[in-house]
Amino acid sequence: MPRKAWFALVAVLVTVSLLALMLGATSVAPGDVWRALVGGGTDDATRAIVRTVRLPRVALALLVGGALGMSGSVMQATLRNGLAEPYLLGVSGGAAVGAVLAVAMGVSAPALIALAAFGGALLAVAGVLALTRAAGTRGDTRLLLMAGVVVGAFANAVIMVMMATATPDITRNALWWMMGSVAGAGWRDVVLLTATLGGVGLLLGHRARELDVLALGGDTAESLGVDVVRAARRFFILASLLAATTVAVAGLVGFVGLMVPHLARALTSGRARATLLASALGGASLVVAADLAARTVRAPSELPLGAVTALLGVPFFLWRLREGR
Amino acid sequence: MIRFDNLRVRYPGATREALGGATFAAERGAVTAVVGPNGSGKSTLVRALLGRISLDGGSVVIDGERTVDLPRDRLARMVAVVAQREEPAFPLAVRDYVSLGRFPWQGAWAPPTAADRAAVAHALASADVELLASRRTDTLSGGEWQRVRIARALAQATDAIVLDEPTAFLDIAHEMACFELLAALARAGRCVLVVSHQLNLVARFTDRVVLLSQGMVVAEGAPVEVMRGDTLERVYEWPLVVSRDPAVGAPTLVPLRKPHPPIL
Repeated sequence: MPRKAWFALVAVLVTVSLLALMLGATSVAPGDVWRALVGGGTDDATRAIVRTVRLPRVALALLVGGALGMSGSVMQATLRNGLAEPYLLGVSGGAAVGAVLAVAMGVSAPALIALAAFGGALLAVAGVLALTRAAGTRGDTRLLLMAGVVVGAFANAVIMVMMATATPDITRNALWWMMGSVAGAGWRDVVLLTATLGGVGLLLGHRARELDVLALGGDTAESLGVDVVRAARRFFILASLLAATTVAVAGLVGFVGLMVPHLARALTSGRARATLLASALGGASLVVAADLAARTVRAPSELPLGAVTALLGVPFFLWRLREGR
Repeated sequence: MIRFDNLRVRYPGATREALGGATFAAERGAVTAVVGPNGSGKSTLVRALLGRISLDGGSVVIDGERTVDLPRDRLARMVAVVAQREEPAFPLAVRDYVSLGRFPWQGAWAPPTAADRAAVAHALASADVELLASRRTDTLSGGEWQRVRIARALAQATDAIVLDEPTAFLDIAHEMACFELLAALARAGRCVLVVSHQLNLVARFTDRVVLLSQGMVVAEGAPVEVMRGDTLERVYEWPLVVSRDPAVGAPTLVPLRKPHPPIL
């Protein structure tokens, strides 16, 4: 990937992040943002807005986008399918079942709902892996894809049944959660996601060449010395872990994991390590921009983040598609 | 160098064994061809070599070591395989694709070494795909893609190379060029094992032919010994004659016509 493209990706991320720190109910000048961040001389109110209100939110949006972009690019290479994404494959469904169940049981503490969502996501991933193991075909990643879709459909059915029988209050709460938001961002979420993204990102970077080989298909990957079944399972688990953590802290933010890897591949040479990094940077920019739009376009009310990512992302994707021809 | 030793494989639910005790060897410095009708077990041999199916008996032995005992990365540094079909999930530049042949030799983070770059350059040149190096894999014709895949296997720099129907999509010139390349690799001391349906090319280019039928080796030896009309007619269940190629003297198979009953 040309250096110019990397520079552009980083520049876009820095720009949207700075804009997100500046804009909102009260606008803050770029200089004041800088002074508030480094602890220079601004008034307490400005410092509080930038540091306490906006910074954790921007940081969380950035991390959620980065994790989802990376997760999507791993899923697509592992399952050898451009339609694969973390949410399609049971993770989101499992997380939603966990969260809705928690809400329906009267849990209101966000941390507990997040924990329930995370547990649900992991259960769904375990279900997918158990299904593929039961079917027992060696090294067929299509099976993993099928199992993911099946578990996702099952989870959706469970959610519909729960929603249909729940009180309107619970339904509304659950719906909001399913539309994704970083409004409740706290530093604890930021630290949690930083640790996950850092750890999983390093592991993925370490195994990126294996991911390249896996994308060539079973026979060839095996002939190059990769244990296809184990490698695919490992990548699937790592990608799901990334997605499940984002779901726990921000609900369902759709579209990012699906579309961003396509854009990243078009920018890079298509080799896995570059695509992973570009997907993380691109995803981060998209979610920061989407959150900025979600809280400013119809202020003081907020739009659902998961919908805005798609509303912003689809036109951009179409434009890239035309340019790429 | 590669020995298949009384290999038995039965696919789950199959009525008969895909391989019922196949035994033969492929040596360094020679092109060995495996031929036989569809379903005779040719591709199962390749899958057994790759460790993609579980064996019901026997073993694949490479340089005296059973493949099941070899770590995968070591096996990948000894044998390269061009599988029958392959489609990358996402397009890559040809040079990047061929570089993936270096995977068994590379660490996780280290950039390509001089040896890696030399192997890739040599592979691109040997397979005659240097001019395609900056093209994307999804823009190649069937013949170009096949040669690029062979280049990827050559970049693996192994002593043995196994190809499953490498000329399936190639026109006459590319088919000939492919077999010439295999012969040159054997002359350079490599062990070349090729699965093919092209009996006439096999007869001209290979040193040994192994004829498989229903998972068993029914004939093995030099092309003139294996390419006998009565044997082939029985194995392929189709009338045919074997004559001599007037130009080069190699045995040549001509399948005869057996008209289909009229369709009413």
